[in-house]
Amino acid sequence: MRRAVVALARRTLVNALRRPQFLAPLVVFPSLFLAVNVGGLGATRGLRGFPQVDGFLDFQLSAAIVQSLLLGGVSTGIAVALDIEGGFFDRLVASPTPRVAIVLGRVLAASVIAAFQVTYFLVLGLVFGASIKGGPLGVLCVYAIGIVAGTGFGAIGVLIALRARSASTVQGIFPLVFVVLFISSAFFPLDLLSSPADVIARYNPLSFIANGMRQPIAFSNAVAPVIEGLLAAAGVTVAAVGLSILALRGRLRDA
Amino acid sequence: MLVTLLRPTGGHARVAGYDVASQPADVRRKIGVALQEAALDPLMTGSELVELQATLHGIPPRSVRTRGAELIDRVGLSKAAGRRVGTYSGGMRRRLDLAMALIHEPEVLFLDEPTTGLDPTSRLTLWEEVRRLRDEGTTVFLTTQYLEEADQLCDRLGIISAGKIVSEGTPAALKADVGRPHLDLVLATGSDLDRAREVVAGFGAHRPTTEGCHLSISLERGAADIAPILRALDDADFAVAELELKQPTLDDVFLQKTGEHLEGAEEAEQEGILAPEAA
Repeated sequence: MRRAVVALARRTLVNALRRPQFLAPLVVFPSLFLAVNVGGLGATRGLRGFPQVDGFLDFQLSAAIVQSLLLGGVSTGIAVALDIEGGFFDRLVASPTPRVAIVLGRVLAASVIAAFQVTYFLVLGLVFGASIKGGPLGVLCVYAIGIVAGTGFGAIGVLIALRARSASTVQGIFPLVFVVLFISSAFFPLDLLSSPADVIARYNPLSFIANGMRQPIAFSNAVAPVIEGLLAAAGVTVAAVGLSILALRGRLRDA
Repeated sequence: MLVTLLRPTGGHARVAGYDVASQPADVRRKIGVALQEAALDPLMTGSELVELQATLHGIPPRSVRTRGAELIDRVGLSKAAGRRVGTYSGGMRRRLDLAMALIHEPEVLFLDEPTTGLDPTSRLTLWEEVRRLRDEGTTVFLTTQYLEEADQLCDRLGIISAGKIVSEGTPAALKADVGRPHLDLVLATGSDLDRAREVVAGFGAHRPTTEGCHLSISLERGAADIAPILRALDDADFAVAELELKQPTLDDVFLQKTGEHLEGAEEAEQEGILAPEAA
């Protein structure tokens, strides 16, 4: 099964490179959003309740990474839905390769793309004056949380595609990504959110994931936020991969 | 259902000795499938797709490349192997699809309308490949709308109408079932057709029919009856201008077995969409 997973992941990555119009928005759009936020909302650092940071970019960088990873999940979902619509998915299903490998191949590719996304934003941040307070260990923490979260978001994309079976429907969930992200503490500290957003954000896994990456970038390598971020990302991943595998079995039963 | 993409709603089916409902993984190991639409990834090259298929079928890594190249060569795509599939013609896609279905040397090969939309040359090439596979011992399960294709390729044929098999057998047996061959003659201008009909009356299973200067005789023994009929007409001083032996075709079989209904017409009539034939 390992060979099949690697072969399917490789195919996904090769396709991503040959279809740059799918890959580019994953980093271009959050970069623009980051530029607008840093340029226009920097004054919010002076608000009471905003934590002490060296720069607003340091604070916003993890939000841009989470946003990019979520878009990666949507992109994965669209790619799977296109395979279903075009019939290629049936070819995979009609082969003797285990069903689990079809899902794992996709999410493995999502994790590799997530590593690229994290690298891109860390480099972008450093180029524009951010610093990684946690040093090399902090960078590793950001990678760990980012890759696990990207894998989970990719699995959510697979799950939605298997349920929806249509690329346009998967694309329709695009605005939801922003709704979920905005009701988290990714862009602003929890203390600055008003009710009921602050209540939702307190339990939103994206808050833990964003804070987990923000801690080593903007503050220090405090263990608790990093562990919480990693656990939240792992929880999303395990749940989404499990549900995707069940959805694939369900799809075969219902077809 | 037979290729395990759909779960059966009822009944039983075995493919290569395995039950499609309870042993789908075993079935998938034994079969090759080329679906109606050549579902290929347009961004990948022919070689990449065949090698991916080889990996999915568990072919050892050291053999993947050679086996892929063999099959690409077999279907005549060696020169295009490094090109993206999106640039392939319909015939090339079909041939690549076939190569992928054969990568693990399946016992049973399912081809779903393999020549739909192909030009005559590509169709003949594909027919040749199907015959070669059959001769090599692969069971080919082929669905087609082209009855000439079925006649050319099938040893056993089943006609499905409204989801049910309405007739099954060898093409020859099915054709024999719907009627005997006919000999159509055109006699020289001015011939006495009534007298000619009397001359050949003893040869046919039924009394010959006439229309204009045409004489139609139902043959009991097929082509073997032609020479005696022509000799008898010659002896009676009749000159034959034209002659044609008409065999029943699978089109005749299909029309007879399916009742000449258009697909969906029955449901439409029931729903009042399609009006019955006007009085």
